Amino acid sequence: MHIPDGFLDARTAATAAALSIGGLGLAVRRARVQLPARKVPLMGLAAAFVFAGQMLNFPVAGGTSGHLVGGVLCGVLLGPSAAVLVISCVLIVQCLAFGDGGVLALGANIFNMAIVSAVGGYAIYRGLHRIFPGERGRLLAVAVASWAATVAAAVVCAGQLALSGTAPWSVTLPAMAWVHMLIGVGEAIITTLVVASIARSRPELLDAARPAPSRGAELLLFGGLIALGLALFVAPFASALPDGLDHAATLLGFAARERHVLAKAPLAEYHLPGVQSPALATALAGGIGTVLMFAIAWAMARLLVRAERNGPQPTEAPGA
Amino acid sequence: MHKHLLDSYGHLDSPVHRRPAWLKVIAALATVILLVVSPPSVILFAAVALILLIVAAISRVPAVFLIKRLVLLEPFVLGVAVLTLFQPHGGVRFLVVATRSTLCLFTLVLLANTTPFSDLLDVLKRARVPSLMVTTLALMFRYLFVLKDESARMRAAHASRTFTADRRHTWHATASVLGQLFVRCGLRADRIYAAMCARGWK
Repeated sequence: MHIPDGFLDARTAATAAALSIGGLGLAVRRARVQLPARKVPLMGLAAAFVFAGQMLNFPVAGGTSGHLVGGVLCGVLLGPSAAVLVISCVLIVQCLAFGDGGVLALGANIFNMAIVSAVGGYAIYRGLHRIFPGERGRLLAVAVASWAATVAAAVVCAGQLALSGTAPWSVTLPAMAWVHMLIGVGEAIITTLVVASIARSRPELLDAARPAPSRGAELLLFGGLIALGLALFVAPFASALPDGLDHAATLLGFAARERHVLAKAPLAEYHLPGVQSPALATALAGGIGTVLMFAIAWAMARLLVRAERNGPQPTEAPGA
Repeated sequence: MHKHLLDSYGHLDSPVHRRPAWLKVIAALATVILLVVSPPSVILFAAVALILLIVAAISRVPAVFLIKRLVLLEPFVLGVAVLTLFQPHGGVRFLVVATRSTLCLFTLVLLANTTPFSDLLDVLKRARVPSLMVTTLALMFRYLFVLKDESARMRAAHASRTFTADRRHTWHATASVLGQLFVRCGLRADRIYAAMCARGWK
């Protein structure tokens, strides 16, 4: 989901950068208060862990392979502020040292993956874990949160692309959402397996992210930031009538594109007869997907926790 | 996928490498901003491409390496660019966006391979990025390679002890490697902290 440079217009990139700087400032301030000095090196190591973890591919159907993204995993293991810091650092290194993801798009990438995905995922995890306590509940919460956070980040990303005039919302939303509903399943499974493996060998590490006294305020602040991002990037399209779309494109596109859009607007509407329906269909699919994901998560939690009770897994801790 | 991403020519010696890092960062940023903000024109794209090629030639970073790196990252650009096809005049937009994005990518790849990462960190520090972040970035970059090797060793150890390549087991194995890697990260972080304190950190 790394947006390369050249896909976001200056306005969208600047807005996303402002939101990210706000989020990062908040994360650094919170982390300074919450983290004892001896935990500072852990931030760097965790970031290196996410980076190295993303290089471990595992086979998915049809010769393709997937890898961990790690946003929700970091949220669960380290807590929201530290996760924002860690994932942002991963994105910065990927961009500056390896050219993966754009430098102007860095703000948008940090907002989508470090803030929406990691903090949003952590919030969903906490909420669900409170409803479903116990070891199984934890795994269920992790699986659903990983999936939902991946999809949420993709939807915000689709909004940013549409707002930039790169492609219409009726294209970006279904494309991003559908692809990431599938990617999200992989992310959910691998994140759950990793959390289950850590819970088996070092359960005390999972309690490191227990709610600190100030965590409610922290989540509220991040929540406000995410809501602001949704209002800016997604809400303009939520009532995605064709003229609303054109209006947004005209308002936000820059000169050359503006002319283009104005001249071609009627044509564009004819080319997209059911602008509303793809968005509606995607929303519907999202709902069905959530239900399905709950089922998968429940089955996984049952399977993994029962397996643990009956003795160790056949493939445990290789090379340990 | 990221395998080749870990090589870098940041430590070569050339007129480009000798320029101060902040200058290169500002130049790269200016190039990207220019590409993104200005209306698409063939002349601009050609001019930027020419300048980048000249810089690449002076920097003595092997052309084969640069091409490989671009080919490796180009799928991500094209993957997003495909979205622009589904609209009127999609073909033209696709070409514009793909060209613009590729030039930005080339700029970033050149910056990364003409500037050591520690110099980039220095620029960030001077730009008043919070020290907690700079420390995290520095440690991350330092241990990236260590952890990559460690996970490769763990995978090799696992492969040498198992005879099945069943898909379900591969997922389980990857997950245990990741879980174990995280646990070891925690232990290593504690040792690093002790070492840092012993050397008078803070």
